[in-house]
Amino acid sequence: MSVNPVIVLADLTYAWPGQALCIDIPQFRLEAGERVYLHGPSGSGKSTLLNLIGGVLVPRSGQARVLGAELGSLSSAARDHLRADHIGFIFQQFNLIPYLSALDNVLLPCRFSAARRRRLARESPRAAAQRLLQHLDLAPQLWQADASTLSVGQQQRVAAARALIGRPEIVVADEPTSALDEDRQTAFLELLRRECDAAGTALLFVSHDRRLATHFERELALTDINRATRLAP
Amino acid sequence: MKYLIALAARSAWNRRATLSLVVFSIALSVTLLLGVERLRNDVRESFAQSVSGTDLVVGARGSPLQLLLYTVFHMGEASNNMDWSSALKLASHPLVEWMIPLSLGDSHHGYPVLATDQRYFEHFLYGERQPLRIVQGRRFQGIFEAVLGGEVAENLGYKLGDHLILSHGTGEMKLAEHADKPFTVVGILARTGTPVDRTVHIGLAAMEAIHLDWQGGAPIPGMSIPEQYVTRFDLTPKTITGVLLGLKSRAAVFRMQRTINEFHDEPLMAVLPGVALAQLWELLRVGEQALLAVSALVVVVGLAGLVAVVLAGLNERKRELAILRSVGAGPRHVLALLTLEGLALTLSGAVLGIALLTVLSLGLAPWLEGHYGLTLHAGALTPEEWQLLAWVIGVGCLASLLPGLRAYRLSLSVGLTPRV
Repeated sequence: MSVNPVIVLADLTYAWPGQALCIDIPQFRLEAGERVYLHGPSGSGKSTLLNLIGGVLVPRSGQARVLGAELGSLSSAARDHLRADHIGFIFQQFNLIPYLSALDNVLLPCRFSAARRRRLARESPRAAAQRLLQHLDLAPQLWQADASTLSVGQQQRVAAARALIGRPEIVVADEPTSALDEDRQTAFLELLRRECDAAGTALLFVSHDRRLATHFERELALTDINRATRLAP
Repeated sequence: MKYLIALAARSAWNRRATLSLVVFSIALSVTLLLGVERLRNDVRESFAQSVSGTDLVVGARGSPLQLLLYTVFHMGEASNNMDWSSALKLASHPLVEWMIPLSLGDSHHGYPVLATDQRYFEHFLYGERQPLRIVQGRRFQGIFEAVLGGEVAENLGYKLGDHLILSHGTGEMKLAEHADKPFTVVGILARTGTPVDRTVHIGLAAMEAIHLDWQGGAPIPGMSIPEQYVTRFDLTPKTITGVLLGLKSRAAVFRMQRTINEFHDEPLMAVLPGVALAQLWELLRVGEQALLAVSALVVVVGLAGLVAVVLAGLNERKRELAILRSVGAGPRHVLALLTLEGLALTLSGAVLGIALLTVLSLGLAPWLEGHYGLTLHAGALTPEEWQLLAWVIGVGCLASLLPGLRAYRLSLSVGLTPRV
């Protein structure tokens, strides 16, 4: 895997309407296939940053490039497409649509992204979803179960499978383990790492829990790269 | 898009407990709206069917509508009588093919008694120009013989050979009775779905006979003519209520009407049934429209309920919207999802409403026919009903845009990370 940045942020700023800057990042890069731990306590502009990378918010100034595409110059529909095709998200909890089965939840990105379906090549989306669920140790009898009936740990594994289906270049995980106990945290991280490696996916792991940083190649703190929080009183 | 429809359906199914109430209220409002429209049409249809073969209704000069309602539908106030001699003159007019004399005023258990003659059975047409048909027995021939409409026979349980006593005047109150001169049932007519079903038919001579010893609406004290002696009197009527005319050529109807309106012997009036009915509907129009407006408002209330419920549920679905955004859905997908949901609910309500209407139509048809002689059609929707339904769905679609737009705005502000 060549070392190309999948995310480049340069002199990126953002402010919510009528408020002071909450994002002011002079420089940030995520290389292809890289695994980065980003320490982000609450109030560090974490949510805003994730929404910027996801293309839901548009930078006030500066660059935000995802796979070479400048987000600020894309239409909102194009940004939605970019997110659907290239980024998988895992959130802290309640990741799943409660009225869909585990399998249908995993299949969701394939519904919105032709690119993800294409990258599956010979494999059908359904087969890919089943393979990922199997790799993530979710028993087959749970695949058709309504998402709301799964335990938190099972839900997080389904969410990971959903983020990974169709091998996106980037997975952004926002505190995905904070609802799990310590043993399960480690097991989940291992699974996530293994699957990201298998898919050649870069992982941006955001958490407030520094103990998890040991699992990653590189460790950063959002308070270090985001000047807006450093300068705040 | 196809997936969004499936997703909207799954999402709605997940909240079916709440949403089924919304669907039910929309269904009820659709039933009401279409029911009012259907009743209105069927009433008109039913009225038009009752006089299908008659070109002119003739009676003493007065209100055309009153004459038509009284002679054909046996409703409302009695009109003045016309001379029997005038009726005979009209019958022999060169433009006239047939004449049916009608004499009303008595009743039997609330059913009107119509005195007429053989011409009634020969010429009267209803519905799609169908003649009357006797299912049991024969026409009246003797004086104290009666032919019953289908409904009278069924509801009062009369068979051929049964005796019945007529009451003087109309209405359901305790009336003076012609108890001394009972009638025998000699024939029963097939059902027609018109006022004929609710009528007791007797001969004109019989009408004269039972009133021989009456004056001014009461028996003459101390005078009683036994039934075996009535034939000694002249039973030719002096006056009748009115006549129905069939013309040789329909094209002559206005000419004949003018002729009758200028009749020399006495002031007469000829009424085109269709024109008089149009006058009636014009009179009832404000009422009909008010009824339709109220039912339309009920539909609006139902749809407002839909909007309120979907909007209220939106707050709890922020997470769902954020997840959809994270897997690549744009705000426009969210808008479509919520609008489709509202539309699906409206459509389900409409379908359920039509089903309810059909069941009600079938269930109430015998009762309506029994009490009001009204035939309710329970089959496919008429073009007018489709039009109303299209309005409901159109307004439902617009109303569904409200939660859709709210969700659109919400998905922009909430983004990928809702605060829960």
